[in-house]
Amino acid sequence: MVSVTDSETSSGAAASRSRPKAMGMPAHHMAIFVMLLAAGIVAPFMLYPVFVMKVLCFALFACAFNLLLGFGGLLSFGHAAYFGAASYVSAHAAKVWGLSPELAILAGTATAAILGLAFGSLAIRRQGIYFAMVTLAFAQMVYFFALQAPFTGGEDGIQGVPRNPLLGVIDISNHMSLYWLVLGITFGGLLIIYRIIHSPFGQVLKAIRENEPRAISLGYRVNRYKLTVFVMSAALAGLAGSTKAFVFQLASLTDVHWSMSGEVVLMTLLGGMGTVFGPIVGAAVIVTMQNYLATFGAWVTIVQGIVFVICVMLFREGIVGVLSKLIKKPL
Amino acid sequence: MNLKTILLGSIAAAVFAAPAYAVDIKIGVLNDRSGIYADIAGEGSVVAARMAVEDFDAESKDINVEIVSADHQNKPDVGSTIARQWYDTENVDVIVDVPTSSVALAINDITRESDKVFLNSGAATSDLTGAACSPNTVHWTYDTWQLANGTGRAVVENGGDTWFFVTADYAFGHALERDTSAVVEAAGGEIVGSVRTPFPGTDFSSFLLQAQSSGAKVIGLANAGGDTINSIKQASEFGITQGGQSLAGLLVFINDIHALGLDVAQGLLLTSSFYWDLNEGTREWSARFEEETGKKPSMVQAGVYSSILHYLKAVEAVGDKTSKDVVAKMKEMPSDDPLFGKGEVRADGRHIHDSYLFRVKTPDQSEGPWDYFETVATTPAAEAFRPLEEGGCPLVE
Amino acid sequence: MFELLGIPPQALFGQLLLGLINGSFYAMLSLGLAIIFGLLNIINFTHGAQYMLGAFVAWMLLNYLGIGYWWALLLVPIIVGATGIIIERLLISRLYHLDHLYGLLLTFGLALILQGLLRNEYGISGLPYGIPAELAGGTNLGFMFLPNYRGWVVIASLAVCLGTWFVIEKTRLGAYLRAATENPTLVGAFGINVPLMITLTYGFGVALAGFAGVLAAPIYSVNPNMGADLIIVVFAVVVIGGMGSILGSVITGFGLGLVEGLTRVFYPEGSAVVIFVIMAIVLMIKPAGLFGRTV
Repeated sequence: MVSVTDSETSSGAAASRSRPKAMGMPAHHMAIFVMLLAAGIVAPFMLYPVFVMKVLCFALFACAFNLLLGFGGLLSFGHAAYFGAASYVSAHAAKVWGLSPELAILAGTATAAILGLAFGSLAIRRQGIYFAMVTLAFAQMVYFFALQAPFTGGEDGIQGVPRNPLLGVIDISNHMSLYWLVLGITFGGLLIIYRIIHSPFGQVLKAIRENEPRAISLGYRVNRYKLTVFVMSAALAGLAGSTKAFVFQLASLTDVHWSMSGEVVLMTLLGGMGTVFGPIVGAAVIVTMQNYLATFGAWVTIVQGIVFVICVMLFREGIVGVLSKLIKKPL
Repeated sequence: MNLKTILLGSIAAAVFAAPAYAVDIKIGVLNDRSGIYADIAGEGSVVAARMAVEDFDAESKDINVEIVSADHQNKPDVGSTIARQWYDTENVDVIVDVPTSSVALAINDITRESDKVFLNSGAATSDLTGAACSPNTVHWTYDTWQLANGTGRAVVENGGDTWFFVTADYAFGHALERDTSAVVEAAGGEIVGSVRTPFPGTDFSSFLLQAQSSGAKVIGLANAGGDTINSIKQASEFGITQGGQSLAGLLVFINDIHALGLDVAQGLLLTSSFYWDLNEGTREWSARFEEETGKKPSMVQAGVYSSILHYLKAVEAVGDKTSKDVVAKMKEMPSDDPLFGKGEVRADGRHIHDSYLFRVKTPDQSEGPWDYFETVATTPAAEAFRPLEEGGCPLVE
Repeated sequence: MFELLGIPPQALFGQLLLGLINGSFYAMLSLGLAIIFGLLNIINFTHGAQYMLGAFVAWMLLNYLGIGYWWALLLVPIIVGATGIIIERLLISRLYHLDHLYGLLLTFGLALILQGLLRNEYGISGLPYGIPAELAGGTNLGFMFLPNYRGWVVIASLAVCLGTWFVIEKTRLGAYLRAATENPTLVGAFGINVPLMITLTYGFGVALAGFAGVLAAPIYSVNPNMGADLIIVVFAVVVIGGMGSILGSVITGFGLGLVEGLTRVFYPEGSAVVIFVIMAIVLMIKPAGLFGRTV
């Protein structure tokens, strides 16, 4: 079983101690959520909106992944499958079937959830590195399917996905109006993840992560919990992927390639796995880096590699994990 | 060093920009600087762009040109983020190069939406001037139809009338195979079989063996980049060319030959729009290019030069940089430069020029590095590209 | 002429032989991974990059120092192995007390750095590396034309794999190694320098990758990405064989080469994914892999 770092364990325990606060949310978490929302509202006026939307999509993706790794203790090396498959389905739904964005996104998310159910129910029977390998194998099959299936357009992807009016009436064709939709989806997704983590269900998950045999002996149906969190994580990753299809108006092989699975691990690790807000920071840092290092060619990979190494060697808690240690509060 | 030149370039631009110019142009060279197309496009395309600006002598024509560049990593989402940002916030007027069809198609859409100009040199998809054609896009150097037609027809006419395809299993490979098959059959040839290879692949020997046992006279390689290099390398290993079959590369760049070495690549037939050793003009320009980069230019890099030069001439003729007017002017004026000779941009945005069928020289024939091709046939501009009315481009009335 | 499943038997033999040749590479690479995993409990994601490095170092030796193929076959594993030892001492050795996951992430990062650096320096189209004159040409086996070099690849790889297996299973050194895999503390208590053994094992595993890189240089394109996609397949091979199982990884390597070869004949499009399908099935039925001990 993947056991997560020590600091994280203690912060998990601290989280349960500090739980009974306003609306089940400790004050400093509430403050951070308000600050994030404020930052989300101001950001498109300071920064380029499409760039911020990309950050938001990846932040949601990384948080969904972290739900599985950081709280479920399950390292999936194939999360690109759910992200990418959802992105294809929602792009196809909007472009070919002419569905409105909310239905297309729903279709994408549902696809990811179903895939998650199918793959998850097989994968959770295995543990640790074998679990990672099974998820990788399934993701490779999805990639193969995306490469072969006629509707995905091969390596050209699905291009020019239309931004049809939301609910049939609200125009989202310009960046700013779409931005509010993306912000809403991401923020909604984050709140759902937060709720899951801090629900009784989430507490049981942590118990399983820390000591699976014990959880079993306490009478929990461990596999059912694992499967549920797997499907949730896949569905939320799908939500991020479907939204991304509208931001870039395309779905492509990049989204299902195994390097995307690697990238989301990097984001989560860098930000701090098992923290609530870490993956958001990780995603923001990585996307920014890719954006600004784009001019320097191969240096993007080199710098990413160096970040990986530094993270693993020097601060395994990730950025937010370190902060959380400093202020002695779980983040 | 490349960072330094870019910085110096922008500082110089900032310093000299002080006097107001009649027209300020910002060119964005967007291509692959780290992946499989980094050698055929990459930094070399930026150098080619700079040479075009110098040769046009923008300064004296009261036009100020600045060049920026970025790596799209062959990912459509990365490319489209950069393109949108360039257009929306950094006042880039024209994006050039963009290899990788998926990225090129994405940029094509964004450029039309933002009403800017897109001069594509690096991408292969003939959709750019077909179903996806746009009044803002000019496709300069080559496309799948031209490659298929150039190689397919000329090879059949030279006696290679039975074909077997080794096709990379993705849309690009499929398109090449489909287009070439049509050409081969139209010219009286026969397709005896084909095999779809996983992309990207390393070992092609088993597919080549299937091709060998098919008995076809010509083995068409409908793939690109590393796949092509590996298949040519292994074909030579298995003695396929010695056995009397010939290889036809449907998309091969001079850099691929350089990587393979003539020992392995000799005898390969390929279609290209440009070769540095065609005439006095190409030799002179390529020598200058080599001084800066240490390599001879690929056809993509040559296309970047040529397309920017024509664009700047059109800007000069129009007197401002209104995208649609400039592109209309580009289509109206004939193009003429030392690399692609005389040509024109058609209504669908396709630049047409002569296309060449080359055979790779044997090590004995070659006089040194980069002396790789001998000309087998030249297809005149008018026949080299897909006829205007067959592309299904809505701009063509 | 009678046909087997629509394929003339000669052609089928040819394809099987080719599969075996590809299997040699899988076997050598997965052997290295298995040894490293067995003793270090590290999933060495850098393995693909180290294989690539092997091919590049061979090219550099030839072009900068004029050292040819045969010497490269000896020198490259030593050089690549030495870089491996440095990496192990400086970085990996600090991670042993942590979860597998960190080793995987660290080596993933190292692979990105290595690939990026070589890409910056040598570009991407690849570098030419010829087949040594002694092995040029081929032999007609009746059912196919077999390039001599490919024959050599199978022999060399079989020799290396069997040699390694012999050392680990039948010698005293191997016994120490296996003991240290089981219980490093106890072996240390017997006065054996376990950290040194771990370092050397990593070096050896990496040297195997370097060796495979030299073998690959003349037939595959020598470019910075040559190991990137291969590594994922080799992982699958190791998992199917059973993580840490030496013989398992070798047999699975050759076996999957054959299976892939057959797929190339009957369903070429699927040949890239067949190994993953097998991996998923094997893990469902036999969780510890075909030759692994139950976890």
